Amino acid sequence: MDKIKCECGHLNPYGTILCESCGKPIQEEADHQLLNMRYEGTARRSQTYNTNFVDKTWNFFSSVKVGVWLIVITLIASAIGTIFPQQMYIPQNVNPAAHYENEYGVLGEIYYLLGFHNLYSSWWFVLLLGLIGVSITVASIDRGIPLYRSLKNQRVTKHENFLKRQRMFGTTKRPEDEEQFIEEAIFRLKEKRYKVRREGNNILAEKGRFSRWGPYVNHVGLIIFLLGAMLRIVPGMYIDEDMWVREGETKAVKGTDREYYLKHEQFVLETYDPKEERYSDALNRVGGTVVKNYQSDVVLYKADKKLPGAKPELTEVKEYPIQVNRPLQFDGFSVYQVDYRQEMSEMSFQLQNKETEDAIGEFTVDLQNPKNEYDLGDGNKVILRNYYPDFYFDKERNQPATRTNVPNNPAFIFNMITPETPDGEIAFIGIRQNLDPSGENQYKIAFNGVDTEFITGLTVNRDYTLPIIFVGGIIFMIGVVQGLYWNHRRIWLKLNEEEVWVAAHTNKNWHGIKREVDDVTSKLQLNPAIDQQEKKKER
Amino acid sequence: MKKQQRFIMRTVILAVIALALGYTLFQTVFSDKEEPVAAGDMAPNFVLKDLDGNEVELEDFKGKGVFLNFWGTYCPPCEKEMPAIQRQYEKYKDQGVVVLAVDIAETELTVKKFAEEKNLTFPIVLDQQREVVDTYGVGNLPATYLISPEGEVLDKITGELNDTRVRDYMEQIKP
Repeated sequence: MDKIKCECGHLNPYGTILCESCGKPIQEEADHQLLNMRYEGTARRSQTYNTNFVDKTWNFFSSVKVGVWLIVITLIASAIGTIFPQQMYIPQNVNPAAHYENEYGVLGEIYYLLGFHNLYSSWWFVLLLGLIGVSITVASIDRGIPLYRSLKNQRVTKHENFLKRQRMFGTTKRPEDEEQFIEEAIFRLKEKRYKVRREGNNILAEKGRFSRWGPYVNHVGLIIFLLGAMLRIVPGMYIDEDMWVREGETKAVKGTDREYYLKHEQFVLETYDPKEERYSDALNRVGGTVVKNYQSDVVLYKADKKLPGAKPELTEVKEYPIQVNRPLQFDGFSVYQVDYRQEMSEMSFQLQNKETEDAIGEFTVDLQNPKNEYDLGDGNKVILRNYYPDFYFDKERNQPATRTNVPNNPAFIFNMITPETPDGEIAFIGIRQNLDPSGENQYKIAFNGVDTEFITGLTVNRDYTLPIIFVGGIIFMIGVVQGLYWNHRRIWLKLNEEEVWVAAHTNKNWHGIKREVDDVTSKLQLNPAIDQQEKKKER
Repeated sequence: MKKQQRFIMRTVILAVIALALGYTLFQTVFSDKEEPVAAGDMAPNFVLKDLDGNEVELEDFKGKGVFLNFWGTYCPPCEKEMPAIQRQYEKYKDQGVVVLAVDIAETELTVKKFAEEKNLTFPIVLDQQREVVDTYGVGNLPATYLISPEGEVLDKITGELNDTRVRDYMEQIKP
């Protein structure tokens, strides 16, 4: 693995294709072929040393092919992850394993077992992203450093074989006054805003070299981006929690570890007024109502920390109306308005004489906190024997039951006591249900009305990784712009005994450099440089 | 010399990435965010009101094994295991084992009626704000935490229990 000494005296690392200094092709191929200028013909180190475990690992990840495959696999996995819903979108109260199997059969079972149901948290997906990160890092180091060295070391005087085998190449008979010619050449190149260096009878004009760093800059951006995404899992860096707060309720703000509490004063739901002239046409076209504003009026409190479950002492911080895209902000947290629902809050009933339907008394049951007994006066009272907020009849056990703790379908068993029926009569009341189990009741309970309340759905968000991800994104974009909108162009001029040689190379946009070279050669009265690749095609 | 430098550089870079990746994998896969309290942790203290309105603190039971059960009347397996828990509680309550049943966000009336119907005699507390449920990160119901007399969580069990299992668990937390 010795270094290779070039004719020009420069020591090149093993594996070099074109001398770093003068550009002479070191690994000789057929003489007439155009040179492959990729990575300036430097020795990509990965491809040259392959001795121990670290080197082998390194070389594996250095391969662009490997990187592309990793990305392709990740893309396919992400696509598969959209076939069935992710776990966060299936009902919360079911066993996910059973759910996927029941809903989607064997495929669903496989989907679940392989972790597609929770793709971003499945170990192999995280591993894939990590490997992409390794690939980006290693491949960039492996190519970026030699390229930088090579461009830094490049000499003005290039080997003839290097010039002859550039894509753009032209020769002209040597002019009379060489000093004047060279000066004019330099002037013409500078006119085109090239940086010009001269070494005797050789000229190197170069511009836009920094565009070559574009890919490396954008890889740095990507790595920072990945790092930011990775930091999300560090406890405290990323908080994203949902909470439901009913009107009048005070609740600990999730994610703040009960340091902050929030009282939901009232929910505001405004719709566009169809009577207002400027909206009426549009509203008629859409049909129905269109919401103008979802708003939760809240009060934020700071709490002195107590045990979970204990009533905290609260100090008011601020009042704030949370609207869509106008979050309540404090201490790095943002609380967003994301959802709402309406729930029954109170139900009113009337105790009636079954035959005459004469009202004996009225009472109201608070569905969040029902009382045991409702005294209607004159010896009349109603005892709430049992309450099922989300009623269903459990056939297995042959008894009424509740499906959840939410009053979606409230049902009650009342015991009606009057002076005439001191032992009480049982009545079962549900929505659209009014049962008299004994069939001999003298009294009945009639449904008298219902009150609803709003429950606001809020999202608590704090993301300390966002600035990092943002910086990563900006660097990525800078890299892309740098690589896309500038080209690295080089023009070599060489005066030898008989001729003037012109050769040119660019990393992209050959049309652009051709125009520049043509302009310069015509002004210097040289033969135009020929695109040898096109010439070959013609042949 | 240069070869050695390169080897060190490569090793360092690969090692740093491997460490970061390892940490990420560990965090995403092994430490489930849904379970802030797991076996081996000290059981977070809390205070809730029981059905008579008295405050009950977990630390009150220090020195006793605590069978901490999270449940709701809307959860059929919770309902089914209650009689077994009651039966074993009667046998073990004189041996320093206490059952603490935390009902999740239901009305006092519903829970009271349920306890009366099933003749439950162990303390039942109401977590109406779900603060304790969130602190423990309880997922599926029923969930039982076995807490040693020293206050350490020995195990977390989800799913319906029968007499044999409840007895085995109470043996485990008995002082």
